[in-house]
Amino acid sequence: MTALVLLEFDDSGIKQPSRSAVAAATALGEVHALVAGVDLGAASAAAAKLPGVSKVLVAESAALDHLMAEQTAALLVALAQGYSHILAATTAVGKNVLPRAAALLDVQPISDISAVVDADTFVRPIYAGNGMATVKSSDALKIITVRAASFDPVAVDGGSASIEAVSVGDLPGLSKFVSAELSKSERPELTAARIVISGGRGMQNGDNFSLLDPIADKLGAAVGASRAAVDAGFVPNEFQVGQTGKIVAPELYIAVGISGAIQHLAGMKDSKVIVAINKDEEAPIFQIADYGLVADLFVALPELAAELERS
Amino acid sequence: MKILVPVKRVVDYNVKVRVKTDGSGIETAGVKMSMNPFDEIAVEEAVRLKEKGVVTEIVAISMGVAQCAETIRTALAMGADRGILVETDADLQPLAVAKLLKAIADEEKPGMIILGKQAIDDDMSATGQMLAALLGWSQGTFASKLSVEGETLTVTREVDGGLETVALKLPSIVTTDLRLNEPRYASLPNIMKARKKTIDNKKPADYGVDPAPRLTTIRVDEPPKRKAGVKVASVAELVSKLRNEAKVI
Ligand SMILES: Cc1cc2nc3c(=O)[nH]c(=O)nc-3n(C[C@H](O)[C@H](O)[C@H](O)COP(=O)(O)OP(=O)(O)OC[C@H]3O[C@@H](n4cnc5c(N)ncnc54)[C@H](O)[C@@H]3O)c2cc1C
Ligand SMILES: Cc1cc2nc3c(=O)[nH]c(=O)nc-3n(C[C@H](O)[C@H](O)[C@H](O)COP(=O)(O)OP(=O)(O)OC[C@H]3O[C@@H](n4cnc5c(N)ncnc54)[C@H](O)[C@@H]3O)c2cc1C
Repeated sequence: MTALVLLEFDDSGIKQPSRSAVAAATALGEVHALVAGVDLGAASAAAAKLPGVSKVLVAESAALDHLMAEQTAALLVALAQGYSHILAATTAVGKNVLPRAAALLDVQPISDISAVVDADTFVRPIYAGNGMATVKSSDALKIITVRAASFDPVAVDGGSASIEAVSVGDLPGLSKFVSAELSKSERPELTAARIVISGGRGMQNGDNFSLLDPIADKLGAAVGASRAAVDAGFVPNEFQVGQTGKIVAPELYIAVGISGAIQHLAGMKDSKVIVAINKDEEAPIFQIADYGLVADLFVALPELAAELERS
Repeated sequence: MKILVPVKRVVDYNVKVRVKTDGSGIETAGVKMSMNPFDEIAVEEAVRLKEKGVVTEIVAISMGVAQCAETIRTALAMGADRGILVETDADLQPLAVAKLLKAIADEEKPGMIILGKQAIDDDMSATGQMLAALLGWSQGTFASKLSVEGETLTVTREVDGGLETVALKLPSIVTTDLRLNEPRYASLPNIMKARKKTIDNKKPADYGVDPAPRLTTIRVDEPPKRKAGVKVASVAELVSKLRNEAKVI
């Protein structure tokens, strides 16, 4: 049994969610990894160092540059022969590409798995994580997206896989990348950070999010938000944590001015330690917080920044 | 152009769902059901495109038990023109839904199909992408903005690092993200008018599709419960606990 994992990468190497997908794949058997796009030298070298990966397939083509669904799914279909599983992380790319490839191969994909039971059987959260469904696939080929927060990523080195170029056949010309507005931040990515501090509607406006900055800087934390804060335009969409945003499971999650709706909890309740700062002592977030501070955030945040600065 | 909007009947997002004690699934008996919130956004977008004159007809489609007709009525009250109900008691998984939708698209020949980015019950986030594949169409998933110009659909997508804009050749599949629009509430007169709009009643067999599931749910468990912790009296106590007790900072 051999699994193929579609990797995502940037200038700093293979992205952490993809390394979690590799970790899930190693539970299934031999692992091959796929990097696609242009200028793949560094990415294929980085992929070859991932522990557990025995072969790296390199698909070089300008048409694959942004891992657009139409082209990348066609590539996966061309490579599928001989694999028992095809995996990717549950990211914007994984969610966009894998179901498309699955339909082309007449496979029912298995989305966002949080555990591998055996080669056919997986656990996945349903209803915003209020149920954990154990599902068994009857398809010969399994196509799977992996909840990165549920699998410890493999290390960035230790492996020594072979590297093999694959030929990229005709790819559909249905779609074109136009532009991206990606936020530039010195902070760690939300899904990779050891500590996350998130603001909600209680922050009142975008400017007040700067109250989180000194704390995030001091702790090396990523900044997140509730949907209400994103919808109100306080912060951009990529900050959203929750059922329909990003799923995070850091060592420490600090929720500030967030009430604790089911949809928000779905994105953070697997964090190791949860802190809630909220002025309403009845707020549901306190039901899952390890440490709750009933306080006005406009008083508590500057105090917290000062307290962290002090020691 | 004509637009199809698949709308799914799901447990209302406000309901705190419970796992059945025998572990066979989620308790849905007597629970409030509504249109999947992302599908409301899809219907709204279709209605706005019609108001702008880009779209001439909106067909709302739902698949599942007979009560899915109510979900279609909601779409009709928001401004869809007619409905198609594909009635079945089978557990429809995205592959089957996508195959049925493909068969309907082959008959209806729409220029665009707008779906939700995910259904909030099964959280698969798969159907739109699969339908695009089966039709051989382009796909603009997780859309927060779209515009049509001639044969090109421009979609701004919510991706992990921010926003991405793609140009798609029509016909095309769109799946809606939260920020695409704010769905309207149906007015009473429109609810009345919707009663007179037609809903075609079909079965999966009418489309030659076998809806048999490929995934079997072996069991559904409660997620591990988190216990409420302690309240701290001050910021200083909080920092001290994080440092000395939890040892996370
Ligand atoms: C289809 C769908 C998908 C959704 N997906 C998501 C998702 O992915 N992520 C998500 O987060 N939500 C999601 N939601 C929305 C969710 O239901 C809630 O509406 C949202 O999480 C509420 O955000 P909030 O806690 O910031 O705001 P509120 O619920 O308004 O809470 C604000 C909190 O701030 C506190 N507060 C106010 N002022 C202060 C102050 N000065 N000091 C201290 N505390 C203060 C209040 O006591 C209150 O508890 C979704 C909803 C739907 C329908
Ligand atoms: C009450 C209930 C209980 C269920 N229990 C289980 C279970 O225990 N195990 C199990 O495997 N499955 C179960 N299912 C079926 C499961 O919900 C299907 O897998 C589902 O149809 C597809 O997944 P999704 O809706 O998450 O797809 P997604 O890909 O997330 O849906 C995206 C979009 O596709 C469209 N769409 C999807 N389905 C339909 C539809 N039927 N009609 C119209 N448009 C649609 C909508 O526009 C939707 O926004 C249950 C369904 C219901 C309603």
